[in-house]
Amino acid sequence: MKIRQISIFIENAAGRLYAVTKVLAEAKVNIRALSLADTADFGVLRMVVDDADRAVEALRAADHTVGITEVIAVEVPDRPGGLASVLAIFAEEAINVEYMYAFVEKSRDNAVMVFRIEGIDRAIDLLKKRGLRLLSTGEVVSL
Amino acid sequence: MIWNQKAEAMPAGEREALQLDRLQRTVRRVWGVPAYRAKLEAASVTPESIRSLDDLRRIPFTDKEDLRRNYPFGLFATPMSEVVRIHSSSGTTGKPTVVGYTRRDIDTWAEVMARTLVCGGVAKDDVVQIAYGYGLFTGGLGVHYGAEKIGATVIPASVGNTKRQIMMMQDFGTTAIACTPSYSLYLAETMEEMGVAPRSLRLRVGFFGAEPWTESLRAEIEEKLGILAIDIYGLSEVIGPGVSSECEHKCGLHIFEDHFLPEIIDPRTGETLGEGEVGELVFTTITKEALPILRYRTRDLTALTRGTCACGRTCVRMRKVLGRSDDMLIIRGINVFPSQIESVLVGIEEAQPHYVIYIKKDGPLDALAVEVEVDEKLFSDEIRRLEAVRKRIADEIASVLSIQAEVKLVGPHTIQRSEGKAKRVIDLRKEGAS
Repeated sequence: MKIRQISIFIENAAGRLYAVTKVLAEAKVNIRALSLADTADFGVLRMVVDDADRAVEALRAADHTVGITEVIAVEVPDRPGGLASVLAIFAEEAINVEYMYAFVEKSRDNAVMVFRIEGIDRAIDLLKKRGLRLLSTGEVVSL
Repeated sequence: MIWNQKAEAMPAGEREALQLDRLQRTVRRVWGVPAYRAKLEAASVTPESIRSLDDLRRIPFTDKEDLRRNYPFGLFATPMSEVVRIHSSSGTTGKPTVVGYTRRDIDTWAEVMARTLVCGGVAKDDVVQIAYGYGLFTGGLGVHYGAEKIGATVIPASVGNTKRQIMMMQDFGTTAIACTPSYSLYLAETMEEMGVAPRSLRLRVGFFGAEPWTESLRAEIEEKLGILAIDIYGLSEVIGPGVSSECEHKCGLHIFEDHFLPEIIDPRTGETLGEGEVGELVFTTITKEALPILRYRTRDLTALTRGTCACGRTCVRMRKVLGRSDDMLIIRGINVFPSQIESVLVGIEEAQPHYVIYIKKDGPLDALAVEVEVDEKLFSDEIRRLEAVRKRIADEIASVLSIQAEVKLVGPHTIQRSEGKAKRVIDLRKEGAS
């Protein structure tokens, strides 16, 4: 139930983000979810896309530095306290969340969150035991 | 294996006595050369005043300009009737420098070159293919005489005609190759094109010199050709190849110091530096007859290490050449070599990322900034890891150079390249000062 996330090194300069999205547009890659983390000098753009292989190939061809990471996409009840209930599980089990971000689209009336987690396999087991639904690559793409 | 056990494994004290005796003879010899004598007299040095090896530092330096000024034979210390061989540089950057050898010089050269080849395990039953240029360049003939002295089978292939080189390796059973490191990679590529598996050949060792090369290039050559890659060093002004060589332990190049006295100096002040300190390598030949050379400034940067090597040799070792002294920068009064920053980056990352060094004025002070391109090996999707890499580079530069550097991670291909090579150093101090 792991899905692949691509990440791109972005220098903090005008036009850099545009350059990345333009490459993806030309490769006809659709962005499903994204987040941008930044410091004073640089940033890292993380994305879940409909075709990770094609995205990576196009970005590398355009001289971007690209990484691929395994993340999980979890259905989170779309109500106050929904996200907290999921994070409570991680907190109880001392699982460290490196970062997270949300999908724009919903899955069956639920919000979908992307989690980057240390010890991903353990987290997957735990979430399943607690009855949470993890989305497969196919489901994520068709959201 | 050691070619000359007595000379290469001589106890330090015994060697120093021999060196002093030979140094004194050399100074007496050049006293008869007007150009040398004038320089020595100007520095108040006479042959009698050389009483210890420390007196070496009183002798003035010789550099390429001295050889050019005295073109072609002005520094020769023997009559031309005693000179049996001439070699010369190409002279692409001015007048060529010309060097000469007596019969005994040729023997000395064969001796030190034999030591070099034996450092890499070459023996009588080896087949040595020499793919250095033959002719005025010292590479081809220098290695040739050493290999013959050992009694190995020599293939004087010279440069070029790569497919024929590979055919000879297959058909003649070449076990050792001598060429430039870059040519060895070209050989590997051509083998691949020809469908020749390097590991199907008998080739087991390569002697690579005549151009600077890195540890990562060594790893690549050893991996691709399946051989031991040995770094050899020499320059025609001193004798040619055979000045120093690595042994199989690859822990620095053994300098054959019973013939060539090495020193490390501060390239800016000319002061002699201590063991382990990085500076410019300087050589004094102490057995050469036709062209003895006093304190020749090689412009090569390295450091010396004493002590007995695991191979049993006692002669002083020089580090793999780190760069050229012409590239030296002075930042806040501290000598900085771009190669030191490079070695930090290579240490952090197996392969060396592209980088550029900026030196600028921060008020009255010099400031050092290093931009490093983030390649896929350095990259992480986590900001804290990228920050940790950045900090590690900054910390290691600070510990190597004793200067704080502002390290910035930049995107790939943002550093300007000219002819495929990045421009490594940009000194902004000069532009501001007028």
